[in-house]
Amino acid sequence: MTTSTSSGRRGIRLGYRANLVGISALGVILLWVVVALFAPHMIPHSVGEIVDTDYFGPVSRDLWLGSDYLGRDIFSRILMGARYTLGISLAAVSIACFSGVALGMTAAVAGGWLDTMLSRFLDALNSIPSKLFGLVVVAAVGSSIPALIATLSVIYTPGAYRFARALAVNVNTMDFMVVARIRGEKLPYLIASEILPNILGPVLADLGLRFVFVVLLLSGLSFLGLGVQPPYADWGALVRENIGGLPFAAPAVLFPSLAIASLTISVNLLIDNLPRRIRDRSPE
Amino acid sequence: MRRQISSLVMRRLLIALITLLIVSIAVFSATALLPGDTATILLGQSATPEAVEGLRKAMHLNDPAIIRFLKWIAGIFQGDFGTSYANNVPIANLIHGRLANTMKLAGLTAAIAVPFALTLGITAAMWRGTLYDRIVTVATIGIISVPEFMIATLAVLLFAVYLKWLPALSFTNETKSFYDLMRTYAMPVMTLTFGVSAQMIRMTRAAVVETLNTPYVEMALLKGASRPRMVLRHALPNALGPIVNAVALSLSYLLGGVIIVETIFNYPGIAKLMVDAVSTRDLPLIQTCAMIFCLGYLALITAADIVAVLSNPRLR
Repeated sequence: MTTSTSSGRRGIRLGYRANLVGISALGVILLWVVVALFAPHMIPHSVGEIVDTDYFGPVSRDLWLGSDYLGRDIFSRILMGARYTLGISLAAVSIACFSGVALGMTAAVAGGWLDTMLSRFLDALNSIPSKLFGLVVVAAVGSSIPALIATLSVIYTPGAYRFARALAVNVNTMDFMVVARIRGEKLPYLIASEILPNILGPVLADLGLRFVFVVLLLSGLSFLGLGVQPPYADWGALVRENIGGLPFAAPAVLFPSLAIASLTISVNLLIDNLPRRIRDRSPE
Repeated sequence: MRRQISSLVMRRLLIALITLLIVSIAVFSATALLPGDTATILLGQSATPEAVEGLRKAMHLNDPAIIRFLKWIAGIFQGDFGTSYANNVPIANLIHGRLANTMKLAGLTAAIAVPFALTLGITAAMWRGTLYDRIVTVATIGIISVPEFMIATLAVLLFAVYLKWLPALSFTNETKSFYDLMRTYAMPVMTLTFGVSAQMIRMTRAAVVETLNTPYVEMALLKGASRPRMVLRHALPNALGPIVNAVALSLSYLLGGVIIVETIFNYPGIAKLMVDAVSTRDLPLIQTCAMIFCLGYLALITAADIVAVLSNPRLR
């Protein structure tokens, strides 16, 4: 991206240069966050209430997105589903990135056998396909919401570790690290004050991408009936519930999928359009 | 130099073996985590303590975990995968035909996706920055960002509900003619192809674009080579390693994709078997399926790494 604003891209001075695609993606994400926070006050009908005499009803003035397989309001159910999809994914990705990044920086700074052991072990975990990992763990510990959060965060920790370690290894060779070591600084200080500020931008961008993976995996598990269990329903579970409406092209199947797509595509687009200064702030 | 290559390849294979060991420990301990006693679950609530104890003995559940793990591994090496809890059939019999079905689906997908994705990826890189490139890039981002079941449901909506060209969610075994076969496989293969190709196109495009930025390609441009010649003769041979790497990595995406696709289209493959096993908590079956998947996945990513080593001219 050049310093001059090209036509078609609106430049907004926020300290960073942003473009239209990035801003609209951010808008969609913020909209879903607001929905997730205030869903109980926004829903026009109660999620459990049967409001339509027909099932798989069409889009109407009263039921904005039609009704589901029991005649419940899909619009309300999607709004409430946002809480589970966003909440579980955000919790899982935060835990995964926090532990992955902390371990990665420790491994890079400490080096030696700790680094080798951690890398070998986490790389091995990384070579289990994520969906398969999810299936095996769900089979073992069940699919309560805390178990799902724990499973998802374990699955995505190795990736975050690998990414953070690669960045931290570069920073570790810098002169200021040598100086800090000679000063006699301890490991926690080195990690928190010398390494972390230098890798924060890319780590946050990575967190966003990992969030998309978590949302997709969670939806996939729920779609298979192994994720969020009734009476709660996230977006993946909504698609599963209403898959019987597919032959009638019911809106109840389509709109939950669209909700997932709008969230994941927005996050991807936002990260793609982040100003270089944040995204690629790799150590020189 | 030759020795260096073979030692690198050997090293990679060794790492793969160690990884497989760690993975098998992870799979075994994850399934051993199951709260509650397997014998009690199998016999139900009303079982007498004597019956439970008898079954525990018969299933060797009283042995320490490490012994059970070693026995399980030894069994796998001898082709004995144990017996399914749910219907008391040797797992080898259950898996046999299912594995072939899944391989058929995956093979067919690969045969379509690889040429398709390579063509799109290379041409997008060739005409970088044009409208065509933009469309390909946006489409691949879109496909990567949505769940597989959405692609599958959209395909069903389009081809089965609106156009009525293909049968919807049913998968029948009554395939008599080649035409029937095409019709039944079309939708699962199409869904998988979309996902796999999107990954492959992105990675191929990135690999070719990277070689296009090198000085010798600029040299080819300056001497007046046409764009296709520049890409196909000068850039492509050097991008071959990364491209094959990308192909192997994207094919590993198939493993995740088949789990969803086999479930949604009710395809009698090994992934469907595993999803069913998870709902019935049939542990030996889950373990075996998980090991098969991990083995396939590891084989693909190890192949990708080895190709990356072999294609590095500095090591040749």
